Amino acid sequence: MATTQHLTPAMQRQRSARLRRNMLYLVLLALALLAPLAIYPVFLMKVLCFALFACAFNLLLGYAGLLSFGHAAFLATGGYFTGIMLSSYPGLTPEAGILIGTLAAVVLGTFFGVLSIRRQGIYFAMVTLALAQMVYFFFIQAPFTGGEDGLHGVPRGELFGMISLSDNLPMYYFVLTIFVIGFAIIQRTVHSPFGQVLKAIRENEPRAVSLGYNVDAYKLVAFVISAGLAGLAGSTKTVVFQLASLTDAHWHMSGEVILMTLLGGVGTLFGPVVGAGLVVSLQTQLAQSPLGNWVSVILGAIFVICVLSFRSGIVGEIGKLVRKNFK
Amino acid sequence: MTQEFILETRGLTKEFRGFTAVDDVNLRVREGHIHALIGPNGAGKTTVFNLLTKFLPPTRGEILYRGKPITNMRANEIARLGLVRSFQISAVFAHMTAMENVRVALQRRLGTSFHFWKSEKSLEHLNERAIALLDEVGLKEYADVLTVEMPYGRKRALEVATTLALDPTVMLLDEPTQGMGAEDVDRIVELIRRVSAGRTVLMVEHNLSVVSRLCDRITVLARGSVLAEGDYEAVSRDPQVREAYMGSDAAAEEEASA
Repeated sequence: MATTQHLTPAMQRQRSARLRRNMLYLVLLALALLAPLAIYPVFLMKVLCFALFACAFNLLLGYAGLLSFGHAAFLATGGYFTGIMLSSYPGLTPEAGILIGTLAAVVLGTFFGVLSIRRQGIYFAMVTLALAQMVYFFFIQAPFTGGEDGLHGVPRGELFGMISLSDNLPMYYFVLTIFVIGFAIIQRTVHSPFGQVLKAIRENEPRAVSLGYNVDAYKLVAFVISAGLAGLAGSTKTVVFQLASLTDAHWHMSGEVILMTLLGGVGTLFGPVVGAGLVVSLQTQLAQSPLGNWVSVILGAIFVICVLSFRSGIVGEIGKLVRKNFK
Repeated sequence: MTQEFILETRGLTKEFRGFTAVDDVNLRVREGHIHALIGPNGAGKTTVFNLLTKFLPPTRGEILYRGKPITNMRANEIARLGLVRSFQISAVFAHMTAMENVRVALQRRLGTSFHFWKSEKSLEHLNERAIALLDEVGLKEYADVLTVEMPYGRKRALEVATTLALDPTVMLLDEPTQGMGAEDVDRIVELIRRVSAGRTVLMVEHNLSVVSRLCDRITVLARGSVLAEGDYEAVSRDPQVREAYMGSDAAAEEEASA
């Protein structure tokens, strides 16, 4: 035992795994930087926005064990606030608009969290769903959201007042930067002292209480971070598509993010990214094909297959294989 | 004389919709004792435990720790006072290693547990202490093993190590030997004896041979109230206690161990 160095074999393994992980991140980042050469940037941006949304959701489900069924509310709140701000104040730069949208989602997330966090399991899901439905009706009724039509023609503007985002390529690199920041926040949160306690709460809540942890406060912090990042995804999406729409607030969206996360692998950092990529690709491909009306059915079937046969999702299953064969 | 009783209840009562699970219990635990709470199934032992550790709110009555009322504190605050409980079903963090299980208890005192921006490397200086605690309960070689892969008896020992990490003044153990083979029972009895030095232990236990070997004082509960209290000799001679135990599991166990 290498305890004299207080580095156990598992920790050495952890260190080398960390190294491998960082290498993987670098490779993926390089690919992401080159991707617009081969793939349509608007599609890539859509994937990145939903990937960030799914990662934010996964922080809650995968690492705190909380199933929120109202995350669409944060996506939409971020989107609408950014849209309204950028439309009404032409002087506002896009990054400021996105920041405001994100803060709005943080405020809403705190409010949702305080009301729901003490509930367990299905009750938690139901409370978040009910609150999100209220937000949905607010966005339909409010005079400044464009009702059923949504908010169109949101200007992309100029980043820091200098770089025009009207071309897709600079826009793409801006979105990629936001995604990397969001992903880094999640990765750090998961691998932090806070993340350890969160994991303990997920594994055995009463025991975490008996060790002296105020579990509700930890869950609330996780909830607010998750809501804020979901809002960030929504805000960014509004700038990309110059549109904030009711689709984002609808409960379908809350369901879709669950689908993305489970398909890719809940509780893995990359699962939601893969899941979001897959779902968005399928939706885009199918919409152009004769099967266009069957999107929901096909996604539903994939979901059923996933839950029945590979429960840890794509990335989760790959992880298992790697652990089995390269231990 | 000042701190004679470290933990005390006065008229502790818990009612669930017309059913009185715990009825006017006055319990007094002396500092430094290993105190057992025994009684037939359904006597309310675990309910008393949940009341003491605030996992359940009492209907009536008072709980005092070192003479001060703690009746209105929350469960996690009770733990911060130094009263740390275990659970009937082994309470470990299954998908963390044994070392991480202990470390999560140690890290509370750092005061950085809300720091989601800090790297978990900031916890690594606790590893040595965590491994020392594992060594204390004979689990050093399990440090890197995921808890879910450990045998049952070892999980219970891990629980003890995790509890010790908090350096509790009072350990509340809910059936620490439940579901164990004889060999594991002996190991846990020895472990409890060892770690109880300088601490107070209150334990719920079905196995009377364990109780007779370990405990300084015994409170017998039946149907939610205190039936008898005293040392093992006195309690086991009490005719009321004998009657309460007739036909129950524990009586059979007593016979077997006698």
